[in-house]
Amino acid sequence: MSAEISTETGIPVKKEGLFSKNNIKVLNDPLDDINPITVQVLGICSALAVTTQVKPALIMAIGVTVVTAFSNLIISLIRNGIPSRIRMIVQLVVIATLVTMVDLILKAYVYDVSKKLSVFVGLIITNCIVMGRLEAYAMQAKPWPSFLDGIGNGIGYGIILIVVSVLREIFGSGTLLGYQVIPQSFYDAGYVNNGMMMLPPAALFLIGIYIWIQRGKNRKLINVS
Amino acid sequence: MLDLLNLFVKEIFIENMIFAFFLGMCSFLAISKKLSTSIGLGVAVICVLIITTPFNWFILNILLKPGALAWIHPSLAAVDLTFLAFILFIAIIAAMVQLVEMIVEKFSPSLYNALGIFLPLITVNCAILAAALFMQEREYTFAETLTFSLGSGIGWFLAIVAIAAIREKIRYSNIPAPLQGLGIAMILTGLMGIAFLSFSGIQL
Repeated sequence: MSAEISTETGIPVKKEGLFSKNNIKVLNDPLDDINPITVQVLGICSALAVTTQVKPALIMAIGVTVVTAFSNLIISLIRNGIPSRIRMIVQLVVIATLVTMVDLILKAYVYDVSKKLSVFVGLIITNCIVMGRLEAYAMQAKPWPSFLDGIGNGIGYGIILIVVSVLREIFGSGTLLGYQVIPQSFYDAGYVNNGMMMLPPAALFLIGIYIWIQRGKNRKLINVS
Repeated sequence: MLDLLNLFVKEIFIENMIFAFFLGMCSFLAISKKLSTSIGLGVAVICVLIITTPFNWFILNILLKPGALAWIHPSLAAVDLTFLAFILFIAIIAAMVQLVEMIVEKFSPSLYNALGIFLPLITVNCAILAAALFMQEREYTFAETLTFSLGSGIGWFLAIVAIAAIREKIRYSNIPAPLQGLGIAMILTGLMGIAFLSFSGIQL
């Protein structure tokens, strides 16, 4: 694949393996060092709104990963043919097509979750992660690394979603994926679910604290944004 | 008339785009470091919202809804094009933002310079697309759509101006280094969200 591109653009590129060191780095970096949510400040809207339970969060994470990966791939394949003045609209059309497909698939197979996610599936279109990665990476990179970059960023986004939603579901309703995890004896002894965890602001506190812990461990991230 | 007033107040305070739905959060957090720029962005969002949402209402009701095409030919009444809503809405928004940008540049260069890069960025502000999608989901009439878009725009404006003012003040506070910047902004937004939740007790 890389050999074809190099003849097109005229830049001599060394043939790389599919999972060479650079490609692995592209896949790994978004998990921590350039995490889309806590470091790049992208795609926060949906991260906060869909995390009251684990199941919608999981499905949302998969949806975003798929859309980011494939839109990165498609834009990277046609990047040399896009006039720079109208690139926004081209990117949006590609993203919107993919999101429509994801939405229809969700409606067909997991209708109850799709109802719960409501407008947030549509909002993947304006999820800044997708646009941000297209602008920052796919417009300059070859298809395969772009695809990996999309997957990496989707997973980086998914990690935050899952951490936040697990905490919110356990403390907010005492369940995990719908199963009771806090034993009934706790409730009998006077334990009550934390109602605040079900409210939107709880997600903000949890992400705020996550950022605090992450930057406390990884000090080079302090003051990046 | 009273219904519309209720909807207007509800959209500003009770169902505030930022504090109840977290929409437009990315630009909300990224551009709220200075009060003056956040006022500019807030005004731009209001303008774009009250132009695009009614426009999308027309698109939805004339072209997309089941039965909406009956005005061309009765045999088309069975066509349901709502699956095209995402693509058309976002295309309208992108085109309208471009148009607003050109109009502002032509008639008010000073405002254009003040808004700068924020105008094109509004295309990917979730609040704009969300307004169109909420309008579709809740089946608003045209008058309701207008009120809804104005109300939610003003709600967004209030939120970003408030957080920018707080962030300007908090710069001189002694915050643990890893929490500075984004972390504390998140927690502040959460606290403001709780404050705004108190409006939800109001019955309209």
